[in-house]
Amino acid sequence: MKIDFEHRQSAHCENGVTTNLLRHHGISEITEPLAFGIGAGLFFIYIPFLKLNNAPAFAFRSLPGQVFKRTCKSLHVDIERKKFRSPEKAMAFLDSLLAKNQPAGCQVGVYYLSYFPKEYRFHFNAHNLVVYGKEGDNYLISDPVMEETTSLSSFELQRVRFAKGPMAPKGQIYYPKGTHEEIDHDLMRKAIKSGVKQNVNRMLRIPGPIAGVSGINYTANMIKGYREKLGLKKAGIYLAQLVRMQEEIGTGGGGFRFMYAAFLQEAQKYVQDDKLISIAEEFTKAGDLWRSSAIQAAGIYKGRLTEQTHFDEMARYLHEIAEIEKNAFQRLSKIQWPK
Amino acid sequence: MKKKDVPQDSSDLEKFTKELYYAVDENGNYTTALSKGWEVKSNALNVAWDDIKERVQAAYESVQKGEASPILFFMELHIMDIGLLSAYTGFWKWQVSRHLKSTVFKKLSDKKLKEYADVFNVSIEQLKTMTPNED
Repeated sequence: MKIDFEHRQSAHCENGVTTNLLRHHGISEITEPLAFGIGAGLFFIYIPFLKLNNAPAFAFRSLPGQVFKRTCKSLHVDIERKKFRSPEKAMAFLDSLLAKNQPAGCQVGVYYLSYFPKEYRFHFNAHNLVVYGKEGDNYLISDPVMEETTSLSSFELQRVRFAKGPMAPKGQIYYPKGTHEEIDHDLMRKAIKSGVKQNVNRMLRIPGPIAGVSGINYTANMIKGYREKLGLKKAGIYLAQLVRMQEEIGTGGGGFRFMYAAFLQEAQKYVQDDKLISIAEEFTKAGDLWRSSAIQAAGIYKGRLTEQTHFDEMARYLHEIAEIEKNAFQRLSKIQWPK
Repeated sequence: MKKKDVPQDSSDLEKFTKELYYAVDENGNYTTALSKGWEVKSNALNVAWDDIKERVQAAYESVQKGEASPILFFMELHIMDIGLLSAYTGFWKWQVSRHLKSTVFKKLSDKKLKEYADVFNVSIEQLKTMTPNED
């Protein structure tokens, strides 16, 4: 059986699953940038004590699952979300949804995801895809970061839905359900406003040094000490990790910053405030600087840049980014939202 | 980033898919573009894999010297740590730590060896001789 489901490629998996599922649900106004912005997806956090592949963890977006949850809530769409202990029950539940013509979002681990290139397969458990049919033993898969749809055998799908380790998916499945009200300009405006406010809070007002704008400054200060403290080789591995997290498949070059700028441009059509356009330019600038910082980092991990001044320069990029993002979010916090 | 600046470097990903980027067109409006890859990013990935290869090699050598059991080799090969291996095999972490010792490994029952062999997708014989399957 094959559900008539439109596969649209996106830059990021969870945005893409959210967008495609909502469009299938009849909300044709939704786009990836809108889902990302309404879901308050932009973030930064440095978690020095959580080690992934022997280097510290960085994240450039909010926790997995948040974008889908917040976007649906803001648009007054009910959702169903389930986790399972038993793989058999998880697969049976998926089959029952497909039988009802309901495509389903699934959280999966990447390590055993057979259609990904081997070089990209780490034990990362917060990937998302949509299952939209089953033919024989094969499930039809719409993975939004891929250009084309693909498929997985029931064994393969079960294995990735029950990958182990941090953020284990536990067979998590989710989809919008029931009927929804008409998404008029008014509702969209309110959703945009609430997404922006959430994001302002997350970037400017989380206490402690490691999250939001202060997290970027904190990271900059740590990087200044990397050469002395870790030596060139380990410092290179840490910086490569920073770039890899920034460059998760499909978010190229501070990609979330560009996506947020795209969101503000789209938001302007609903909110009619030209300030959004000029704030979008600030995020474009931040995205460009994230890219420049990645090039600087590459110079270090390729062994071309070895001096302390090169680490200081890397840190300066991050301080500059923090300043730009701080100002941009402060301007966003002062927007007068239409009633 | 301008649309014309979207990187088109060759990468491991391009045989599988291109990536979607958000970038601005000549009028400053956001649009999307597909990218084959970006060298900076491929290099970061290579750094991570070089590090993994070194760990695998070091594990291989310590097993040969009798300092560790072949489980360490396969654990590094599959980019796992004790916590993850414990989650996949169902053994407690302290048990996995013990099984990494070559003296303990030699006394493990076939039933326990089979648990590890299954996770690493090899036979017990391959497990003992550090012979992984391709992929």
